[in-house]
Amino acid sequence: MNPVNYLYLAALLFTIGATGVLIRRNAIVLFMCIELMLNACNLALVAFSRMHGNLDGQIVAFFTMVVAAAEVVVGLAIIVSLFRSRHSASVDDASLMKL
Amino acid sequence: MIALLIAAPLLGAAVLLVGGRRLDAVGHWIGTLLASASFVIGLVLFADLLGREAEQRTVVQHLFSWIPVAGFQADVAFRLDQLSMTFVLLITGVGSLIHVYSIGYMEHDERRRRFFGYLNLFLAAMLLLVLADNYLLLYFGWEGVGLASYLLIGFWQHKPSAATAAKKAFLVNRVGDMGLSIAIMLMFLTFGSFAFEPVLSQVGDTSEGRLTAIGLMLLLAACGKSAQVPLQSWLGDAMEGPTPVSALIHAATMVTAGVYLIVRSGAIFNAAPDAQLAVTVVGAVTLLFGAVVGCAKDDIKKALAASTMSQIGYMMLAAGLGPLGYVFAIMHLVTHGFFKAGLFLGAGSVMHGMNDEVDMRKYGGLRRYMPVTFVTFGLGYLAIIGFPGLSGFFSKDKIIEAAFAKGGTEGWILGGVALLGAAVTAFYMTRVMLMTFFGEERWRDRAEASGQAAATPHESPGVMTIPMIVLAVGSVFGGAFFSIGDRFLHWLEPVTGHSEGHPPVGAWAVTAATVVCLLIGVAVAWAQYGRRPVPAVAPRGSLLTRAARRDLFQDDFNHVVLVRGGEHLTRSLVYVDHTLVDGVVNGAAASVGGLSGRMRRLQNGFARSYAVSMFGGAALLVAATLLMRAV
Amino acid sequence: MTAQLAAYSTSTGEAVQFWILGTLAVLGALCTVFLKKAVHSALCLAGTMIVLAVFYLANGAYFLGIVQIVVYTGAIMMLFLFVVMLVGVTAADSLKETIKGQRWLALLCGLGFGILLFAGIGHASLKDFEGIGRANANGNVEGLASLIFTRYVFAFELTGVLLITAAVGAMVLTHRQRIGRARTQRELAEQRVREGKHLPPLPAPGVYARHNAVDIAGLLPDGTPSELTVNKTLRERGQIRDVSAEALNDLRALEQRAEERLERTAIEAATFKRPEEASK
Repeated sequence: MNPVNYLYLAALLFTIGATGVLIRRNAIVLFMCIELMLNACNLALVAFSRMHGNLDGQIVAFFTMVVAAAEVVVGLAIIVSLFRSRHSASVDDASLMKL
Repeated sequence: MIALLIAAPLLGAAVLLVGGRRLDAVGHWIGTLLASASFVIGLVLFADLLGREAEQRTVVQHLFSWIPVAGFQADVAFRLDQLSMTFVLLITGVGSLIHVYSIGYMEHDERRRRFFGYLNLFLAAMLLLVLADNYLLLYFGWEGVGLASYLLIGFWQHKPSAATAAKKAFLVNRVGDMGLSIAIMLMFLTFGSFAFEPVLSQVGDTSEGRLTAIGLMLLLAACGKSAQVPLQSWLGDAMEGPTPVSALIHAATMVTAGVYLIVRSGAIFNAAPDAQLAVTVVGAVTLLFGAVVGCAKDDIKKALAASTMSQIGYMMLAAGLGPLGYVFAIMHLVTHGFFKAGLFLGAGSVMHGMNDEVDMRKYGGLRRYMPVTFVTFGLGYLAIIGFPGLSGFFSKDKIIEAAFAKGGTEGWILGGVALLGAAVTAFYMTRVMLMTFFGEERWRDRAEASGQAAATPHESPGVMTIPMIVLAVGSVFGGAFFSIGDRFLHWLEPVTGHSEGHPPVGAWAVTAATVVCLLIGVAVAWAQYGRRPVPAVAPRGSLLTRAARRDLFQDDFNHVVLVRGGEHLTRSLVYVDHTLVDGVVNGAAASVGGLSGRMRRLQNGFARSYAVSMFGGAALLVAATLLMRAV
Repeated sequence: MTAQLAAYSTSTGEAVQFWILGTLAVLGALCTVFLKKAVHSALCLAGTMIVLAVFYLANGAYFLGIVQIVVYTGAIMMLFLFVVMLVGVTAADSLKETIKGQRWLALLCGLGFGILLFAGIGHASLKDFEGIGRANANGNVEGLASLIFTRYVFAFELTGVLLITAAVGAMVLTHRQRIGRARTQRELAEQRVREGKHLPPLPAPGVYARHNAVDIAGLLPDGTPSELTVNKTLRERGQIRDVSAEALNDLRALEQRAEERLERTAIEAATFKRPEEASK
């Protein structure tokens, strides 16, 4: 099997995640989709690492995980405070920034 | 020394206008004193000039640099030569007399101090006008006399008619002032300067078209200031001002500024025959216009104002004849200054004695009650109609001669018009004379009709009669004094130049024709007003009379052509502005607004919508990257 | 199998594993996106992540594979579940689209983006397949460590800063400042007396002791459910189960049986309906 298939899988997962971000309204699910996209990237990085025979790709994937963790922490905190003030986790309800 | 001439009345104006009420008691004396001081200085300067050779009688005094900019030098400099000297003496002399007269005339007016302040201001501005060494400074004086005229016409501003007349005079003068300012700009463009010396000496190197344009603009200015057709409408209404003002400003001095301007710019007109012809035409038309209007007016001051217009028409006609007539224009200007001022002062005296009644149909037989006024007015009357031997005869006769001397058909037409004008002048002045001083005492009827005891007219006090007497002396002997031995001609010739004309008929024939015309005019007037009683209410009169009573429809003409035309013009401009200009502007704004209204929908506040745009953008970026790699 | 081919391919076992687990991963991702409830989405995502962890291990990224399971699936996904629990089920869970054209645009963009990505990968020239063997010669973790603490040490320090900032940020965002003093029991009681309503405790949920679930409203004497008996949160979410009709029908059946036994004539045979429904 050609290891490029991992890349195709990563691309597919990324696209599914991105589409999910656009379709779902629940902020939590939306976040999950973002995580899915990040994971797809990680998969691609790991595959690259293997193809090129060095560990730099894995390092980048590692950093991605750290950043994703930080992002989830802050994002979920935002969702919780948003829910407190609006009693809703829908991203469409936070649509005051318009004319 | 020259600056002192102007400084004296200017100081008077400043002191009187700034000084306030505490000067009320002595204000008129201060004003009169400073005006007389100016006259005395003028006399000293005159003596100084007389003591010099004819060629060295031009004194230029450079005071300071007014607007020094590279390529644009405006100086405050005065030029005293024979021409301006003549004006200085006329202005300060007549001015001082009228100051004295005003002491009596304005005695009961609580704002007398202010009146004298304005009079001094006028003197200063008028002196600045005639003494200026460049057109810009002349313009300053020109506007100054306009301001003083406005203030004095509207001096009794509590009367709506006076306030309106002041506004009218100011507005009509503005038209002329535009002409002067354009002329100055053209001069600067053409000659790079507006001082008299460089402008008038470079005339020879300039195209005739440009000179004609400058000349016509100067003529427009002169028309405005001197009440010539077509800017004549303000002078009649200007009689709303106090009578001394009418005598000084609207008869003797300010209204002749136009003649001064044209004579001063003689070099330009000499080189632009078309402009010169326009001047003669304007003069001739105004001459007849004023004379016709003068025949129909029952208001004594308005009749005199129409006469002023007509006499200035004579001067313009003469000034338009070029070197043939410049000297005579100025000579008539000076003699006219004497007798017309005297006539106005006489009219003022009559009004003073008749409780400010101005309608001549309510006068009559006043010669018994106001002998001094009668005699001085009568002498002025004889002078203006050109009775042989009096000053008007000498100056007017010369103008008629010069008109004939122009030669050709033009000469005959102009001479004929001038002769006709002389006849009509004799008619209407005789009419004024007869209606005022002869005939029945119609004022008595009126007083009885209103159930009051008739107030007997009384002679005016000494301060008023003495100036009248002095002016009458001037009117009688001025012309003879100037003409015998051609004194005035020799005095003025170095400045204006002079060429002797060759009239197609002999000078004696012209004089004889003039005298005949004058006798005809007097006879007709006698037939109409002397032999028959004057009706107290004006009869309907002929079509011409009615037209003349309405000033030959000058106001109607202005109203229909200028006011209505202006209204239509502005209305159509407003329409164009609303539909076309605003349409374009509003249309552009509306389309931008509409477009942004549509675009605004994109900004719907939904984060997911933005995410779609972002994702689409990312897709495009990927596509672009791939495309670039493929290429 | 030539060396050239070996460079481009992997073992058959890995191929089998890829096709089975890859299918699972895609299915999990699709379920994450399209399942209605957030809890289900989270579970599907966790599944996908575990599959990915297996792929990491297969690609020789042993450390990342373990971290993926422990940190991602174990910690982050659990965090998600906690938040889902806190926030609860809301109307946002509906899959009905509210923005006009959003769904079609999203699908179009997704499709286009996917096709482009696939085209890009297909186009890319990946000639040098090294294999991770040499890089992992000294052990995967040791290799990573030597890189992290040498070449990437600065970035590593920065991630520390980032994590601390994120932790502080999360605390700040979720911390609620108490503005006034908390009211005591006594004060609350006094307020209730002053307002004059609900002096006694709120009625309990449940119907005639047949149900004691918190989401079932108690019935008033006329058979209508009383909302007061249900918890406020459930009320707001609209998660009240209404069993009044059933309960009354049960009662009716009971009475009928009793009558039959006592041989009384039936007055009315129709099933009982709630007053509102009857009036419709």
